[in-house]
Amino acid sequence: MMISIASGKGGTGKTTVAVNLALSIPERGVQFLDCDVEEPNASIFLKPRIEETVSVSIPVPRIDQEKCDFCGECAKICAYHALAVLPKKVLVFPHLCHGCGGCSLLCPQGAITEQDREIGRVEIGHSNGIEFIQGKLNVGEAMPTPLIRVIKEKARRRGRWTNPASVTVIDAPPGTSCSVIEAIKGSDFCILVTEPTPFGLNDLILAVEVLKKLQVSFGVVINRSSMGDYRVDSYCQENHIPILLRIPFDREIATLYSQGIPIVQEKKEYIEDFRQMMDYIQELLPT
Amino acid sequence: MKQILIISGKGGTGKTVLTSSLAALAKAAVLADCDVDAADLHLLLHPVVKGTQEFWSGQKAVIDDGQCINCGRCLSLCRFEAIKALKNQDGSLKKIEIDPIACEECRVCYYTCPVGAIQMEDRLSGLLFISETKYGPMVHAKLGIAEENSGKLVALVKQKAQEIAQAEGKRWLIIDGPPGIGCPVIASLSGVDLVLVVTEPTLSGIYDMERVIDLAAHFGVLTKVFINKCDINWDNTRTIEEICQKRGIEVIGYLPFSEEVVQSLILGMPVVEYSKGMIAEEIITLWKKIEAIFQKEGKS
Ligand code: SF4
Ligand code: SF4
Repeated sequence: MMISIASGKGGTGKTTVAVNLALSIPERGVQFLDCDVEEPNASIFLKPRIEETVSVSIPVPRIDQEKCDFCGECAKICAYHALAVLPKKVLVFPHLCHGCGGCSLLCPQGAITEQDREIGRVEIGHSNGIEFIQGKLNVGEAMPTPLIRVIKEKARRRGRWTNPASVTVIDAPPGTSCSVIEAIKGSDFCILVTEPTPFGLNDLILAVEVLKKLQVSFGVVINRSSMGDYRVDSYCQENHIPILLRIPFDREIATLYSQGIPIVQEKKEYIEDFRQMMDYIQELLPT
Repeated sequence: MKQILIISGKGGTGKTVLTSSLAALAKAAVLADCDVDAADLHLLLHPVVKGTQEFWSGQKAVIDDGQCINCGRCLSLCRFEAIKALKNQDGSLKKIEIDPIACEECRVCYYTCPVGAIQMEDRLSGLLFISETKYGPMVHAKLGIAEENSGKLVALVKQKAQEIAQAEGKRWLIIDGPPGIGCPVIASLSGVDLVLVVTEPTLSGIYDMERVIDLAAHFGVLTKVFINKCDINWDNTRTIEEICQKRGIEVIGYLPFSEEVVQSLILGMPVVEYSKGMIAEEIITLWKKIEAIFQKEGKS
């Protein structure tokens, strides 16, 4: 089964929940996908041994200046303004290109071929028996979605994905954009992590909208639950959203986090909490 | 007019808390919330909306079923897995369908459909608000769920804010930036005079700070670092100082972890106005330092 962990905003403890859940259910055979490719942080806690690195690129146009007659068709059709045609020259702006292939397909002179441009890397490895896959977007690149697609594709090719007993844990990017959707898509369940403050509530409401749109069932984890107010609780109650777990604020947890140490490694009592959360999720799912 | 952008890479480091406090201190500022995916600044500044503008952006492909001959050409050409073939129970093709969420708006299907069955339809992807707060005008926005083009909306928010700042002769434009290092952050960086990176002494905070600093360096913008919750892990705070020193970046201020910040959030006000103690003083010092940077510059 596939469980994604998301939040309307970063910094709520999404990675903490994902990592600790993954570490608490070793008997399930866990696959961990860090799809937060702009800020992949799970490896700080899981310290995986990377065994394979895959470069991810998108195809960008290359103009054959011999064949080109500067008709301007490519610039006209490009939806991303990645091409500009001057009287005697074609300018390509590879950073704007989304790799749709329209220009090479439609150039009347057949003067456009495509070449790969790297936008990031996907790394595959293992950590404590967990199959680990993460994506890293190159700095200055604007398109996380293709990278997330490759992470999931790689995961799908591995046995654990299809084994119903095993669990694929996905650390999704924060927010409500298309990259979040790409990461959550296909999940059996989504855990939304929030904190009991007005910010937390505001961002939770946005995240709930995303999941309703995707029609994925979900529940909420309230992090730093001892520090804040009751508005998140009331909201969940009014909207019949199950609260899966509360993690109180604890300086020790904050310190462990700052050192890159998973909570369950040092505070074993939390293993049971995460296992119970997993059972609860299982109960919530249609059988 | 000087533009100050507050970013963090990682969420939850206190970026918006700090932005709201600088807004309260600056006077003669226009405020912009460029975190269009999950805007929060309004929860602390309580803007009263004066004007709303629709943000129409992009065009999604739509198939006219009446005209489609099910040839499958679009299906094979769309590179974004946005076009799907729905099958009948016997496995025969029922109809071709486009998933608007997956559509990347490239128009390839529109240009290549042999019978012209595909149209590109305009979409209302968000709203932009021009508001008044007790600290000055504020421009903010709300991007629809799963809408693309957050970069474009960020650019629009900034442009509006700049126009207002110029028209009203404001000295500052204070911008709450988006998280991450992707398209919206890149859009928020253009034309900025100072980037204030708010980080925290956690390994993730450090890692994300370095990525965001790289990005700012890529665009050649003056960058300063602010360490929030500095007492959570002093070793990491020292590491941040060392990294900054190596890169020639000044650590311009520190704040310890404080319950006062959470309290101010719950009351919905900038922490400088809530705290009477050290937290407020530190932020006031930070603001004075920022002012000094540009005073020096003004004289030279
Ligand atoms: S516009 Fe491009 S992305 Fe959208 S459906 Fe057509 S081919 Fe696919
Ligand atoms: S290319 Fe046009 S006619 Fe062919 S399946 Fe697509 S929409 Fe239908």
